[in-house]
Amino acid sequence: MYYFKLIFKNVFRAKLRTALTITGLIVAVVAFGLLQTVVDAWYAGANASSGTRLVTRNAISLVFPMPIYYRERMRSVEGVKSVSYSQWFGGIYKEPQNFFPQFAIDHTNYLEMFPEFITKPEELLAFKRDRQGAMVGRKLAEQFGWKIGDTVPIRGTIFQGNWQFTVRGIFDGKDETTITRQFFMHWDYINEDIKRRFPRRGDQIGAFNIEIKDASRAADISKEIDGLFRNSLAETLTETEKAFQLGFVAQSEAIVVAIRTVSFVVIFIIMAVVANTMAMTARERIAEYATLKVLGFSPGYVAALVFGEAMVLALTGAALGILLTFPMAQGFASSPAGAAFAVFAVTPSTVQLQVICAVIVGVVAALVPSWRSARVNIVDGLRHVG
Amino acid sequence: MSAQTNDSNILVEIKNLVKTYTRGDQAVPVLHDISLNILRGDFISLMGPSGSGKSTLLNLIAGIDKPTAGILRIDGEDISKLSEGDLADWRASNIGFIFQFYNLMPVLTAYENVELPLLLTNLNKAERRERIHLTLGMVGLMDRMDHYPNELSGGQQQRVAIARAVVTDPTILVCDEPTGDLDKQSATDVLNMLKELNSKLGKTIIMVTHDAHAAEAAKRMVHLEKGELIGEVI
Repeated sequence: MYYFKLIFKNVFRAKLRTALTITGLIVAVVAFGLLQTVVDAWYAGANASSGTRLVTRNAISLVFPMPIYYRERMRSVEGVKSVSYSQWFGGIYKEPQNFFPQFAIDHTNYLEMFPEFITKPEELLAFKRDRQGAMVGRKLAEQFGWKIGDTVPIRGTIFQGNWQFTVRGIFDGKDETTITRQFFMHWDYINEDIKRRFPRRGDQIGAFNIEIKDASRAADISKEIDGLFRNSLAETLTETEKAFQLGFVAQSEAIVVAIRTVSFVVIFIIMAVVANTMAMTARERIAEYATLKVLGFSPGYVAALVFGEAMVLALTGAALGILLTFPMAQGFASSPAGAAFAVFAVTPSTVQLQVICAVIVGVVAALVPSWRSARVNIVDGLRHVG
Repeated sequence: MSAQTNDSNILVEIKNLVKTYTRGDQAVPVLHDISLNILRGDFISLMGPSGSGKSTLLNLIAGIDKPTAGILRIDGEDISKLSEGDLADWRASNIGFIFQFYNLMPVLTAYENVELPLLLTNLNKAERRERIHLTLGMVGLMDRMDHYPNELSGGQQQRVAIARAVVTDPTILVCDEPTGDLDKQSATDVLNMLKELNSKLGKTIIMVTHDAHAAEAAKRMVHLEKGELIGEVI
């Protein structure tokens, strides 16, 4: 009890220095948390993917389509529960900076394949009945202020022309990791128009979404599906939904690595700052540590005082930093820059990492000053003027 | 010159004590062949110019430094043979320290400073409180127990240091220039307090001082010069 009292009194002895060090720690912990959240946001799609869903695309590249009739052959593979499809639409809503993912889907079963999208039955039915209908995610609807019945004009880039869609439903996410910044429309509606204007581009699809009965058979089923189309004009590549998503992330892996590196550099810098603070503190108190040893306190007790002080500093900074990370992340997510991320939420693993980093900062910063304080020579220490 | 006695009441027995420090490659002799006995209940002042070795001798007796050669027995125990850990325990139960600059913990109140050495005993909180009140009352600082050192005068701080030194009821009080940082009145008060501790409570006191007036408070004055005992006045 007395030990903790002494530590707390010592921590707040040089108030300005302590305040500045804790402020530095808070900034570092918040920066680390936000950068880790950016990395998490990058992997949000992959992390939210299901083990029982596969994605089949053209083996050459995602930009090359496959004939829609592949679906019937895929259905025949043992272990396949259902087959749906989706096509990247890539249109512009008013301005290019209003980017959000748009997919033309098989309206009959695509949304049922994704139970993480929570839809109202009547809205889902309305969406299915209207060929120009659109189902939009909650965050997207909130971002642009869309309501049921609103008309959304989108200028096509891949599928050129001015398209009009009517919001028939707004879906929610199962939890905050579910991406609800998406816009779904009927593939039939797009295909019908494209077939009329560009007949050779009709009845082609970008990706098949396949639900399987047993996740452990994903590799076998993928192999079997790809075998069906070997030596055809459009050979396929089937992989789990997670592998498919990670393929996208891999394209920007250098950025992710850079962000991760910067986040740990921030921690390393604050570690040096706290270590410097502790070294200064311990040097100023040599006479006090010598006095404690004269009175009979062990070197271990003296070391524990310095160690405890560093830990209180580090953990106070971490606690305040973690508390601040949540509103900061929320603020960023609702800003125009944050809108680029489908999901931007601080995860428990980020908080865990923040705590671990703070503990490491405290331990490393205290090591040398603790050791030196424990070894202080009493006679020299008593002569020392701090 | 050495003061020796065959009295069975000897508390500190020093024979042919040598202390040499090593500075780089050089050996610097500080104490040469010191022999001195201090009796139980004695009040001795060690005097001498700077560099005479009086503080070194005090540190050796107090168990915060170790001799290079010779015999140093306190109450029959050769403390030069104790390990660092045992020496720390020995100091905690046998020695009370009073320093020139008080060496109080600035973040602790007078009460908490006096409590510090009691934390190394088995006393419970109530027993500690009783002892602290007793000693703070003895030095006349009951009304200042919640004050921090920077809220006390030099004389009051030294009285807190005296309370801290005696609160564990040690056998020996070692005082290193206890009046060196005090005004005349405060110095007189502190010396009177030490005399009382010696005469009424029977504490053995060993005091290093430059001040002849302070040294007169002691029963014996021992002079050191260049690491040797050169005279003793009783």
